[in-house]
Amino acid sequence: MTAPVIEMQGICKSFPGVKALSDVSFDARAGEVQALVGENGAGKSTLIKIMSGVYQADSGAVRLGGEPVHFTHPVQSLHAGISVIYQEFSLLPERTVAQNLFLGREPRGKFGLIDERAMRRETRRVLDLFASGAKIDPDSTVGELDVATQQMVEIAKAVSLDARVIVMDEPTAALNDTECAELFETVDKLRDRGAAIIYITHRMREITRLADRVTVLKDGEVAARFDHVPAPDAIVRAMVGRDIVDFYAPPATDAEIGAPVLTVTGGRNARLKNIDLTVRAGEIVGLAGIQGAGRVALAMALFGQEPFTSGETVLNGTAHNFTSPRQAIEAGIGLLPGDRKKEGLVLMQSVRDNAMLTPRAFAPFWATHKRNANADLSRIDDLLDRMDIRAASYEQDIRGLSGGNQQKAIVARWLAMNPKLLIFIEPTRGIDVNAKAGIYHLMRDLARDGAGILMISSDLPEVIGAADRIVVMQEGRITAKFPRGASERDIMHAATHEIGEPA
Amino acid sequence: MSVTDNTPAKPGFRFEKWAPVILLALAFGLYVAIALITDQTQYLTFGNLVAILGRSIALGITAIGQTFVILVASIDLSVASLISATSVLASVIMDGSPGMIVPAILAALVLGGIVGVANGLVITGLKVNPLIATLGMSLIIQGCLSAFVSNFAGSVPPEFQIFAYGEILGVPAALIFLVLLALAAWAVLRFTKLGSDIYAVGGNEEAARFAGIKTNRVIVSAHVICSLCAVVAGLYLASRLRSGAPWIGSDGVYDLESIAVVVIGGTVLAGGRGGIFGTMAGMIIFSLIDSVFNIAGVDSFAKQVMRGIIIVAAVAFYAFRSKRIVA
Amino acid sequence: MSDQATAPAKRRAPFRFNPVWGLLIVLIIAIVVMNPGFAQPTGYMNFLKRAAPLAILAAGQVYVIVSGGFDLSVGSLITLVVVGASMLTNNDPSATYWVIPLMLAMGLGVGAINGMVVCFLRVPSLIATLGMMITLNGLAFMWSGGAPRGYLPDTFRFFGRELIRDVPMVRFIPVSVIVLIVIGGLLAWAMHRTNLGRMIHAIGDNPLAARLGGVPVNRVRITAFMISGLSAAVAGILLGGFAGVSTDVGFGYELQAITAAVLGGAQLLGGRGSVPAAIGGALALTAIFTLLNFLGLPQPVRQVVQGLILIAAVALAMHRRERTGT
Repeated sequence: MTAPVIEMQGICKSFPGVKALSDVSFDARAGEVQALVGENGAGKSTLIKIMSGVYQADSGAVRLGGEPVHFTHPVQSLHAGISVIYQEFSLLPERTVAQNLFLGREPRGKFGLIDERAMRRETRRVLDLFASGAKIDPDSTVGELDVATQQMVEIAKAVSLDARVIVMDEPTAALNDTECAELFETVDKLRDRGAAIIYITHRMREITRLADRVTVLKDGEVAARFDHVPAPDAIVRAMVGRDIVDFYAPPATDAEIGAPVLTVTGGRNARLKNIDLTVRAGEIVGLAGIQGAGRVALAMALFGQEPFTSGETVLNGTAHNFTSPRQAIEAGIGLLPGDRKKEGLVLMQSVRDNAMLTPRAFAPFWATHKRNANADLSRIDDLLDRMDIRAASYEQDIRGLSGGNQQKAIVARWLAMNPKLLIFIEPTRGIDVNAKAGIYHLMRDLARDGAGILMISSDLPEVIGAADRIVVMQEGRITAKFPRGASERDIMHAATHEIGEPA
Repeated sequence: MSVTDNTPAKPGFRFEKWAPVILLALAFGLYVAIALITDQTQYLTFGNLVAILGRSIALGITAIGQTFVILVASIDLSVASLISATSVLASVIMDGSPGMIVPAILAALVLGGIVGVANGLVITGLKVNPLIATLGMSLIIQGCLSAFVSNFAGSVPPEFQIFAYGEILGVPAALIFLVLLALAAWAVLRFTKLGSDIYAVGGNEEAARFAGIKTNRVIVSAHVICSLCAVVAGLYLASRLRSGAPWIGSDGVYDLESIAVVVIGGTVLAGGRGGIFGTMAGMIIFSLIDSVFNIAGVDSFAKQVMRGIIIVAAVAFYAFRSKRIVA
Repeated sequence: MSDQATAPAKRRAPFRFNPVWGLLIVLIIAIVVMNPGFAQPTGYMNFLKRAAPLAILAAGQVYVIVSGGFDLSVGSLITLVVVGASMLTNNDPSATYWVIPLMLAMGLGVGAINGMVVCFLRVPSLIATLGMMITLNGLAFMWSGGAPRGYLPDTFRFFGRELIRDVPMVRFIPVSVIVLIVIGGLLAWAMHRTNLGRMIHAIGDNPLAARLGGVPVNRVRITAFMISGLSAAVAGILLGGFAGVSTDVGFGYELQAITAAVLGGAQLLGGRGSVPAAIGGALALTAIFTLLNFLGLPQPVRQVVQGLILIAAVALAMHRRERTGT
C-alpha cells in the first residue's frame, strides 16, 4: 500500500454549544477515491474545512505528503495542493473560464502585464484532458454556463493547480443522469492521473460506482471504515446507526388523513411545468428530487413568492392566486424556509421577536407589539416553552441559539397563525441528530392537529422515513408519486432518469 | 438551494451589456431632435460636439476614478471636496509663478495619495461602511479647507492654463488627455493583475480571498486611484478657473454626478461588473442631456431639479427589473 | 415544559447601557466646568432649544437607518420647508394655520416619494435620497427665485423661538423643547412599543425573511421614510423660528442627523437602533459643538470634528460587534 497523501489524526473541533468532531482520523492515498459519507450534520464539511484551513482544529494533526502542516488560511492549503470543490462554487460569474482558472495567479508576460494567450493556452490544455471539458470555450463567461459545466471549470481549476488532493462535496447534487455519467468519467480520469480524491456523498450508487475506500462519519465521530466497498446496507447501518422506527415519528393512520387542504392543477411558471399536486389534512407529503429540480420553486409558487402564471390552486375549497407571501399566509399557508439565516431569521432580534414576526405582520401598525388577535407574548412564551427551546432568555438575540432551537422559533411563528398547510423546506439541514428527531415528531404532531404538510428534503432517508407519501420532481415537473415505503432506488430513478419533452 | 438561487443566465442577448449604447443613442437622438425642433442647427456641428464634451472633462476624469472604487463594491463621496482642496492647494503653491507648477502638481498628487490611502484603510482596517467613511473624509477635507480659505485663492500661471485652454490640431488638449487617461484606465483593468483582482474582489470578495488575493490591498489601491483622478480633475479646474476656488467641487456635485455617470455606464453599484468604456458613454450621455437643457433654454434651477430626477431615473433604469429587495 | 424556576428568567430582558448617555454626561460636565452659567435654566434651556431640531431630525432618521437605508434628503427638505413657508405666508400672520399643516404634509409626501422610489424602482436609498436632495435644493431655489425673502411671521416663528414663562423650578421652557418632548416621545413609542417599530427592525435586519414571514415590507419601508420626512418638516418649522430664511438653512443637517443616530448606537444597514439614544446622540453632538465654541475654535473645525466623530463612531461599533462575535 502506498503512503497516504493526506492524513488527519485525532481531530477534535467544537463550536459554541456543539461538539462538531471528536477524535476523527482520516486519510486518502494517491490514485484512489476515498468516499466520505454521513448524514447532514455528521461533520463532513467541518472536517474538510479543517483540512483546507478554513477552520482550525482544537486538537489533532494534519499531514500532507508525510509532512505536518498547519493551515490558517485556505490559500495556504490551495498552494500546498489541496483543492476543495464546494457545492457553492467559488467562481466569478462575470469573468471568463480562463480568468477564473487563473484567479489570483495570472501568468505575467511583457511589462508585467497578464499574458492572456498563455492563460488561454493552459486553460485549453487542461480542459482537453477531459471528455466533458473539451467542449468548453475558455473565453465564455462563467455565468452563462450550466451547473455541470461550471463544475467542470472548478475541476479544471484544481487540475491546473496540480492539486494532489481534490475534495468534491456532493458533486452530483445538481446534476442529471447524463451529467452524472460524465462526471464519473472525469473522476476516473483524475484518479488515473494520480490525485487523491475525497468524494463526499450519501448516494449509494455513486459509492459503488466510484469509491475505492469508504469512511462513514456519524455525530462527529468515525462510525465505520471500509478498505473495500461493502454492500450498501452496511454503509447505511453505519450512517444512521439507530433503529429507524423511533427516530422518525409513526406514520399517519387512515383515520387521521382527511380531506384535501391543497389541490393544484396544471400549475406553471418559468420554472415549473404542469404541476398537479394534492395535500390532505393530516398527512405529510415528501417532495424529493435533485437540486434544481424545481422543488423550492414549487414551494415558492404555492407561497406566492414566485407565483404560478397559470393553473389553479385550491386551498380549503377556495380558489386562490397568490402573488405575495402575505396573501398566502392570510389564506392559511406557512413556510419554513430552507436557508434559515438568509430567509428565515431576523438575526439581530430576540427569540420572541422572531416568533412574533408573523402575528405582528397581520396586526395594525400602530397597535402594541405585545399582543394582537393572533398571539400575545405569553402565548408565544408558552409555545416556545412547549417546544423546549434552550435559551438563556427569550429576549436574547436569536443568533446565539443553536440551529435546532432557531428552527423551532420559526415554527412557533407559524403555530401562532394556525395554518392549514405548512411547507417545510429542508427542515433538518444543519441541525444535530437529536434535534432532528424532535423536528420529525413536531411535524407529525402538527399533522395530527389537522394541518397538511409538504416537506422538501434532499435527504432521501429522511423523506422515506418521515413522509406518508412521496412526490418526485425533475426539471420542473412531477415525474412520480410513491406511497409510503418506496425504496431509495426507485425514488432516485424517478428523480434523475432522462425524461423526454411531452408531445 | 434557496429562493435567491439563480439559474445561469441564458446566453444570447444581454440587456445590461448593450444598455449604455442604447442610452447613448437615445441621448444623441434627443439632442439632435431638440436642436432641429428649436431650429438651432448651429449646434449640430462637430466643433459644437467637441465643445459639449469639453465641458464635462472634470466629470469624466473623476468618473474614471469612481469606476475603480465602484468596481470593488466601494464608493467614494469625498471626491468633490478633494477636488476643491486640490484646486486651492495647487493654485496657492503656484501663485502665478511657472517654476512652481511641478511642485504644485506633486503636492496635489501627494494629497490625493494620502486621502486615498486614508479612505482605503478606514474602510478595510476599521471596517467602516465606505459611504460613511468617505462622507466623513469629505467633511474633514472641506472643514480643513474652509479653515484657511473662503474665496478664490492663489493664481495659476498662463503656462499651466494650457491644460484647460490649449488645443492640439483644433481639439482641446484636455479632451485628448481625457481620452488617453481613459485608455490607460481601460488597459489597467483589462491587462494587469490589479485590474483582474479588482473585478475579482468586487465580484466575490470571499472567493478572491480564498484564491490568495490580498483583498484589502486591492481596495486601498482602488481608492488611491480614485483620489488621484479627483486630484487631476481638481488641477484641471484650477487651470480652467485660473485660480483655486474652495467651492468648485461641491458646486459641480462631482461626488454624486461621478457616481451617476458610472452607473449609467452600466457598472453595478454592487461591484464586479462594468468598465471604463461604459463610464465614458455615461459621461457623454450626461453632457448631451446638459446641452439639451441649454438648447431648450431651461433655467439653471430647473436644470438642477431635472438633474436629480435623471440620476435617480438612471439607477432605476438598471435596478427596477431586479428582484432583490433594496433598502 | 421547562421547569418553573427557569421560566421567569427567560422572560426578563437583559439590561443594556447605551454608552451615548455616558458621553453626554461627560460633555455636559465639561461644559459646566468651563461655563458655570450652563447649569442655570437659561443655559441649559437655550442649549436644548438649539438642539431640538437636530434631535427631532435624528429621531426620524433612526427609522430609515433601522429599516436598512439612509435618508440624505432631510437637509434640503428643511430648506424647502423654511423657504416654502416664507413664500406661502407672505408676511401674513394668519396664514400660519394652514401653512404649517401643509408643510407637514409636504414632509410626508417627500418621504413617501423617497420610499416608493426605493421600493418600486429598486433604487438604493443612498442614491434615491441624494437625488431627492439635489431636486429639493433646486426646487427651493426655483420657488424663491434664488433670493428668498427674509421674514417669517411671528405666528410661524412661535414654535422655534418663543418661551413659556413662569414655569416653576426651571422658570421658563422654550416651545421647541416641548415639541421635542412630544415628538420624541411619540417616535420612541412608535419605534419601540408598536408592531410597526418591530417590523422596521425586521425589514432592516433581513428583508427577505421579513417578506417570507408576511411583513408588508414595502408599506413598512415607505412608512419609515414618511416618518423621516415628517420629522424633517417639524425640524424645518423649528429652525424657521430661530434661524432666518435662506437657501442653506438645512445645509449639512442630513449628515448631522446620521452622525447623531450612529452615536446613539444605530446600526448602519439596519436592524438595530434606538430613538431615545439617537436624541441623546443629537444632544451629545450639539454639546460637542458648544464646547468647540467655548474653546473659541472656528466654525470649520466643527466640520472636521464631525467627520472624525462619524468615522470613529462607526469604527467603534464595528469593533464592538466583532468582539462580541457577530
